[in-house]
Amino acid sequence: MRSPHRTDDPVERTTGLVRFSDLPPGVLRDIALVWAADLIVGVSFGAIAVADGLPVWVPVTMSLLVYAGSAQFSAVAVLTAGGGAAAAAATGLLLNTRTAAFSLAVADSLGRSWAARLVGAHLITDETAAFVLAQPDRRSRKAAFWISGIGLFAMWNVSVLGGALAGSVLGDTGRFGLDAAFPAVLLALVMPALRDSGNARRAGALGAVIAVAATPVLPAGAPVLLALLGLVAIRRRPGKATAAAAPVPDVALAPAQDQAQPQDQAQAQAQAQAQAPETPAPASPGTPS
Amino acid sequence: MNAYLLCVLVLAAGTYAFRLAGPLLHGRVELPVRVQELLAVGATVLLVALLATGALTEGQDFAGWARPLGVLVGGVLAWRRAPFAFVVVGAAGATALLRLVGIS
Repeated sequence: MRSPHRTDDPVERTTGLVRFSDLPPGVLRDIALVWAADLIVGVSFGAIAVADGLPVWVPVTMSLLVYAGSAQFSAVAVLTAGGGAAAAAATGLLLNTRTAAFSLAVADSLGRSWAARLVGAHLITDETAAFVLAQPDRRSRKAAFWISGIGLFAMWNVSVLGGALAGSVLGDTGRFGLDAAFPAVLLALVMPALRDSGNARRAGALGAVIAVAATPVLPAGAPVLLALLGLVAIRRRPGKATAAAAPVPDVALAPAQDQAQPQDQAQAQAQAQAQAPETPAPASPGTPS
Repeated sequence: MNAYLLCVLVLAAGTYAFRLAGPLLHGRVELPVRVQELLAVGATVLLVALLATGALTEGQDFAGWARPLGVLVGGVLAWRRAPFAFVVVGAAGATALLRLVGIS
C-alpha cells in the first residue's frame, strides 16, 4: 500500500510492518534465548505462587494484566505473607516506576499509530528495552521491540499458566522447600545490581536490616516499604552520578547477558546514556519487567 | 471486592500508566539523572528487603533455619552466575534436604 517514494525514506519505512529480516544477524537468536529463560522464570512464578496458597487465577491474570516479573514476584510475596492488597500493590508499583524511564527510552520504536502506541506500551519491559537500545538503526529497533515483545508476552503467560497448574498438584510445599525458592528468585533478580553498585549494596543492606527488625512489630507489608529508608545510605559522588546505580533487571540471566551484547556497542551506549536509566540496559535483559 | 483482584487491578493500572509515559510524553519530559538513580536503587532496596524478610520471617516470627540456609545456597549459586533454574532448584532442594534430616 505504500507509494514507492515512501519506501526509500528510512523514517517513513517505520510505519510499515515489522519483518524478521529487519533484525541484524544473530539478534533473533539472542531474543529466543531470553524467551527460553523467561519460560523458566514464568513456570517458577506460577508454580510458587500457587504452592504458597494463591488460587490459580491470581498469578495468571496478574501476568496478563500487570506483565512485570519482579513486581509480580514481589506483590505475590507480600500477599502470601498476609500483607494485604494495598501493601502488595504499592510494593509492585514502586518497583515498576523504572518502567516509565524505559518507556521514555523506547517510545520512538513502537510505531506512530495510536493503536501501536497503546498496545506497544503494555509490552515495554526491561528486556524489550534492552533489545531496542542495542539495535543500530530505527528499523531494527522497531523490529526488535515488536518481535521480542510479542514473543515474551506469549512465553510469559503460557509458562505462568503451566506453572500455576503444575503448582496446584504439589500438595505440601514445605516438604519441597518451595518457601525458599521465592526469596532465592528475588536474590537472583537483584544480584547484578548489587554487583555493580556500592550504593545499591549499602542502601539494600540497611533497608534489609530495617525491614527484618520491623517485621515483629509492624503489620505485614509495611516493613518492606519502610525499608526505603535505607536510601539514606546512598553516597553521592559528584560528577559520577551516572555510575552510581545500576537498573534492576527483571530477571538476571547470565547467558542472556552474554548473548545480548549490542552489535554496535558505541551507539547503544550513547543512546542508553542519553535516554535510559544508568548503565545501558543492553547489559542485562531478564524477565518481563 | 476480592483483595487479590483489587491488588491485580491496581497494580495493572498503575504499571500501564508508567508504560504510557513514553508514548504520551515523549520528547517533552526527561527524568533527571538523580531521580533515575534513586528509582534504580529504590527498586534494589525493595527487592533486598523482600527477600530478607521472606527468607528470615514467617508471619511475625523467625522462619526457622532451613529456609534461610536454602536461600543462602541459592544466593551463592546466583553470585557464581549459575543459571536461574539452578538457583531456584538449589535453594528449594537445600531447604527440602535440611527438613528431611530434621532441621526445620
